[in-house]
Amino acid sequence: MTTTDVLLAALGAVAIGAGWRVVSTRHVVRAGLWLVVALGAVAGSYLLLAAELVAWVQVLLYVGAVVVLLLFAVMLTRAPIGASADLDRPGWVGALVGTGAGLGLGALFLDGYRWQSVGRPSVGSAQLLGAEVFRHWVLPFEVVSVLLLAALIGAVVTSRPPAGGR
Amino acid sequence: MHPVIPYLSASVLFGLGVYGVLARRNAVLLLMSVELMLNAVNLVLVTADATVRAELPAGGQVFALFVIVLAAAEVGVGLALILQLYRARATVAVDEVPLDEGER
Amino acid sequence: MTWVAGALPAVPFLAALVGLVLPVRARTAAVALGVGGAFVALGLAVALAIHSGQIAGGWQIVDFGGLPVTASVRVDSVAALVAVAVTVVAAAVQVYSVSYLGHDDRYSPYAAQVSLFTAAMLLVVVSGDLIPLLVGWEVMGICSYLLIAHDRALPEAPGAAVKAFLVTRVGDVGFLVGIALLGLSAGSFRIADVLAAHYSPARLTLATLLLLAGVAGKSAQFPLHTWLPDAMAGPTPISALIHAATMVAAGVYVVARLYPLFLAAPATLATLGVVAAVTMLLGALAATAQDDIKRVLAWSTVSQIAYMSGALAVGAAPVALFHLLTHAAFKALLFLAAGCVIHAVGSNSMALMGGLRRYLPVTFWCFTVGLAALAGVPPFAGFWSKDAVLAAASAARDAGPVAGWVGWLVWLAGLATVLVTAWYATRVWLRTFFGGNRGDEEPHDADRLMLGPLVVLAVPAALLGLAGLAPGFAHRLGADRLVHLDAETVAPLACLAVGAALAWAAWRRDPAADPVRMLGRASAVFGRAFYLDDVQRALVVRPARALASLVRRGDESIVDGAVESTGRGTLGLGGALAGWHRAPLPRAATAVLGGALLIGLAAVALAGAR
Repeated sequence: MTTTDVLLAALGAVAIGAGWRVVSTRHVVRAGLWLVVALGAVAGSYLLLAAELVAWVQVLLYVGAVVVLLLFAVMLTRAPIGASADLDRPGWVGALVGTGAGLGLGALFLDGYRWQSVGRPSVGSAQLLGAEVFRHWVLPFEVVSVLLLAALIGAVVTSRPPAGGR
Repeated sequence: MHPVIPYLSASVLFGLGVYGVLARRNAVLLLMSVELMLNAVNLVLVTADATVRAELPAGGQVFALFVIVLAAAEVGVGLALILQLYRARATVAVDEVPLDEGER
Repeated sequence: MTWVAGALPAVPFLAALVGLVLPVRARTAAVALGVGGAFVALGLAVALAIHSGQIAGGWQIVDFGGLPVTASVRVDSVAALVAVAVTVVAAAVQVYSVSYLGHDDRYSPYAAQVSLFTAAMLLVVVSGDLIPLLVGWEVMGICSYLLIAHDRALPEAPGAAVKAFLVTRVGDVGFLVGIALLGLSAGSFRIADVLAAHYSPARLTLATLLLLAGVAGKSAQFPLHTWLPDAMAGPTPISALIHAATMVAAGVYVVARLYPLFLAAPATLATLGVVAAVTMLLGALAATAQDDIKRVLAWSTVSQIAYMSGALAVGAAPVALFHLLTHAAFKALLFLAAGCVIHAVGSNSMALMGGLRRYLPVTFWCFTVGLAALAGVPPFAGFWSKDAVLAAASAARDAGPVAGWVGWLVWLAGLATVLVTAWYATRVWLRTFFGGNRGDEEPHDADRLMLGPLVVLAVPAALLGLAGLAPGFAHRLGADRLVHLDAETVAPLACLAVGAALAWAAWRRDPAADPVRMLGRASAVFGRAFYLDDVQRALVVRPARALASLVRRGDESIVDGAVESTGRGTLGLGGALAGWHRAPLPRAATAVLGGALLIGLAAVALAGAR
């Protein structure tokens, strides 16, 4: 167990704990905040895995933009500020499927990797990443740009007030 | 470094996300759970990039970047839809959306 | 001369074909075709009869894998004589019909069908191959059906036509199987080959018994006799042609054609003897209690054909053919004369007749000749042929191709039938022509077109029997001598006298009443022909109808139901699936994620298994 492992384990635990709070808390706003913690922990894991660009992009976009959007939506849909009791659907089906998915994937990975060890990857991946994107992944990059444009227009159109509006 | 640790964290996170999607009634909370799932997948991709020698180097991280971008786009459009739903029904509880109204 | 024999069925057939395409109202052309065709055929038949010696020839039409079928003719003196009889009656009927159906507006198809029938019967007579014979046989059945149902205004006609067709069809199935069996065993369908081939006794008996089924159907023998009295719903000339002189005699003719086969199968002959004896008495007794004059004659036909079958059963085919020829003459005469009576009175019922000899003199004398021939009064034709049958039966008691008891049976039944025949013939004669007129109006005799054929047919009815005395005629029919006048002839004459006297005595007591009253309660039983029709209805018709309705219901509920329920089921399934698709979001999400989980597990399991 190297330092990396310990830190990865710790950050993983933080992410899991925060994720659990996201799906179980009875305060809507607090769920958003716990999501920030979870996303931050994941970003930390990225740093440890020598994926700095991804980590900072994660912080920038996810923590910065997506969570803010979600909190805006919470406010615009007049979500209850305090605790509310009817946030969860009753029944065990969700728990079953969720547990099954998580355990299934975990078993798959355990079976695949056991206690293997790999060497720590080299640091400084930003330059490498840029070279890769603009050499081998140019077309998806452009397509994603178009997709972002479409999503932007779609969001504007969809959120227009109904015809004959207010 | 033992890659099984981040892999397991990602699996549990994914399971939590699935549970959240199925259990939460509020649409925004549902989207948050979807974000959890996407992050779990991203973690797997990045770990795989560090673990596996791929044909195209740093492929996992590139995928992770694309996923982040797509997640952002999805949240944008999804929230626009939720807004419209709220305007029409004054509620964002997903199990109160009738699907067979005005049919035939 | 082969072409003459071939032309014999072909000429009426052509007349029929042309007649069938004529418009329904074209009377003159139809009359010309019908009468012309019949007379040309008559001329050809006479030419064949004059020519002595065998005519045979033809060509192969098809080969069923080693089993050839030929279109050939085989005309010997018997066939020629029968052909003459058929064409004479056909010509008489065609002429008679011109007047009898004078007010019928569907004369054209009628005449064409009569020509078609004549062609079919002549084909049966001259054919040298069993398959064309079968074709002619079946076409006769069709024409009989069409002609019985000719008068569409008559409510009982369609039912009678269907009954005739179906009952004879039952026999025809056996006939067909018998022919197939013979043809397969002989390796060919030509009559010459069939007669020359060798068969195992069991197969021969089976084949001949099956042929007997067809004979029983077409010749109205027990138990397939029930169609003939009902077939009287057809026009009277049809009854004369088809149901007196030709079609019903076709069965007897075919047995005579294939007689060497029957001689080698004593079991079949014994069966035929029993059937003949039963039918003789059945027909005669049923004729005693009928009120409809045509039904009396119909039952009389059943009984007289049984005489021919009886003669065949005791090994005397020439005698049977002799009676066939005389019967053709006098029965056709009787039917046509009855037609004149019906035409004059306007009804078939004898209760509305009486004293008609003053008003219908020519008809009266012709009818008298016919009845005398029927009853067997010497010197009319029927006496000679009936006496020949009885003589053959009594000879067969001691020696012959069949067991002695068959001869006894036929002889005794024949004698009893003579008595009963004399009784009912006298009853008809007295009830129709003597006493006071029980009808409404004053009847008048028919015109020359109807009376002419009557007079023409009265001649052979009176004199044909005397031809039996000529050895040349006997040789033509294949016998040494036909007529035996000895001490045994007294018996039938005595029965004749007794029967006639009984009927006359019963009539004398009360000329206006029906002499059948003397039979008491038996008259009801005889009138319903021993309720055999009802037996047939219960044993055959009802189960067939029940089976048919069962099949129909099965078809509607199971087959149709399967088809329709396929449609309904598909629609229902589609609706159910549509309902599932309208699941609210949480349930849809659960389905998607749960499904994905299951697929993943399955994939892992499969990959692990490999």
